Amino acid sequence: MTTTDVSLRTSSNRPAPDRPQDIKPRVTPVEGLRQTLTLAWRTLIQIRHNPWELGDFSIQPIIFVLLFTYVFGGAIADSPTEYLQYAMPGIIVMNMFFVTMYVGQGLNMDITKGVFDRLRSLPIARWAPLSGRILADMVKQAWSIVLLLVVGFILGFRLGTSVAGLAAAFLLIMFFALCFSWVTVLVGVLAADPEKVQLFGFTVLFPVTFLSAVFVPIETMPGWLQPVVKANPVTILSDAARGLMVEGPVARPLLLSLIWAVAIAAVFAPLSVRALRRRV
Amino acid sequence: MSYAIQAEGLVKRFGETTALAGIDLTVPTGTVLGLLGPNGAGKTTAVRVLATLLSPDEGRATVGGYDVVEQGHQVRQLIGLTGQYASVDETLTGTENLVLIARLLGIPRDRAKARARDLLQEFRLDDAANRAVKTYSGGMRRRLDLAASLVGNPRILFLDEPTTGLDPVARLDMWDLVRLLVADGVTVLLTTQYLDEADELADDLVVIDHGKVIATGSPDHLKAQVGAQSLVVRPARAEHLEVVMSVVRDLAQVEPEVQGERVTAAVSDPALVPAVVRRLDDEGVILDELTLRSASLDEVFLTLTGHRAEEPEGERDKEGVSA
Repeated sequence: MTTTDVSLRTSSNRPAPDRPQDIKPRVTPVEGLRQTLTLAWRTLIQIRHNPWELGDFSIQPIIFVLLFTYVFGGAIADSPTEYLQYAMPGIIVMNMFFVTMYVGQGLNMDITKGVFDRLRSLPIARWAPLSGRILADMVKQAWSIVLLLVVGFILGFRLGTSVAGLAAAFLLIMFFALCFSWVTVLVGVLAADPEKVQLFGFTVLFPVTFLSAVFVPIETMPGWLQPVVKANPVTILSDAARGLMVEGPVARPLLLSLIWAVAIAAVFAPLSVRALRRRV
Repeated sequence: MSYAIQAEGLVKRFGETTALAGIDLTVPTGTVLGLLGPNGAGKTTAVRVLATLLSPDEGRATVGGYDVVEQGHQVRQLIGLTGQYASVDETLTGTENLVLIARLLGIPRDRAKARARDLLQEFRLDDAANRAVKTYSGGMRRRLDLAASLVGNPRILFLDEPTTGLDPVARLDMWDLVRLLVADGVTVLLTTQYLDEADELADDLVVIDHGKVIATGSPDHLKAQVGAQSLVVRPARAEHLEVVMSVVRDLAQVEPEVQGERVTAAVSDPALVPAVVRRLDDEGVILDELTLRSASLDEVFLTLTGHRAEEPEGERDKEGVSA
């Protein structure tokens, strides 16, 4: 055996293996859940090393609220505070759609950088890398919804219903985010690089969220556009959130929102999983 | 003899491209197999199939006695993978990366941290333990990659081009680390495009090209087969090329090649050089250059396949990594 000048602080007597040497036939669901938590932890500590990301999903929504309240507020409603009563639930919904992009972007980054292969070479649940990513994203979602609400309350947003209504709206938006994440998972798997995922955000999510009744009531739009805006799930979810938080009908938009959420997941989850199998 | 890795007739296609066209290989327990081939030969695809990341279209393979398709989870408990595409998270620190893997393997938090600390020290990364990996040098990065694949004490290790892109010092460093693992009894499957690397580390070689095995054997056996070295002779005057050709042909017993004003021939006996010098001197040929250099992988391929190794590009596409 040849030797070089490179000194190695190593011995051939490795410490006893940490891992039990008995080979297990499969991962138990509990282990899979624990692996999910570990992987979610990993995604969240990334933020500590890249504080800009925190800015991305914290400052951006705050800017949205400020911008729309003070720039449009006076023109659309009579005063910024009054406008906030109308727009706040929709702004939360719109922001939720943008935050779901992190799932796709992060997944794409893992695939293109090879982290995904490393994870898949480990004896962990096959679904853990994906569920860990989605779970971490739900934490980011919760954070940015809370942040938006705090800013909204400071600017003068008032709850028109009850705390229970607010909690229901929160849960509804979180559930929708969970289901919609599958769309961005698909984009993340199919896109060649993380920039392409971002491009999807701008070219698809942006117009779709704006073609809604988030910022202005449907009645102010041209007649031919109204059916499109009415059918847009962004409108429906905003209406449900508005009903739960401020005022207005709840039952119908709530039911339709849930149907949309489940339908989106039912279509995109299998597509995503298939695309993932094919890509990696 | 027990085999850590056995593969029979592995075929993998990506659309029109056939990445593996029926690969057979066996790796006895505790040995190092070098999988040698140019970019796009199918090395990475072979590793990905054996590491359970890809399912083969045809053929079967066992790793540690477990079927890579049917018993992937068992296989994953035995292997470690370090490669171009199996990477650490560069936004995390070295410690965090190793703790992450240890936690995923079910090692409790305290022991996971201790394990990370030990490995980082062993791989001389303790000074950089709490720095993000993106600030690491190429050599440090590869050492961490290797450390990451050792967290679970694998008995079988896949190293996919462990030194590609490293400077010579970092390369020697990697080689030493691999030797230490082998001394511990770890079975290693190593892919490389470098003949010298395979020569240094591998007990046996499998040379593949276009997804097919084109040669197998020990490094010495293979070198003897292809001519370990190249003799290069350049006469001062072009009209002496013919004489040089005939002398080389006569002594080396192979048909030399002419490239520009140089005559080259694969030779396996270094004692040939003085003989060639004497003969050419007798013939009155003045030389500008006479060198004996190690055969490059390109020459090995030329000898084995009759064509040159392809340009180093397109492996990613061929291996079906990009969408």
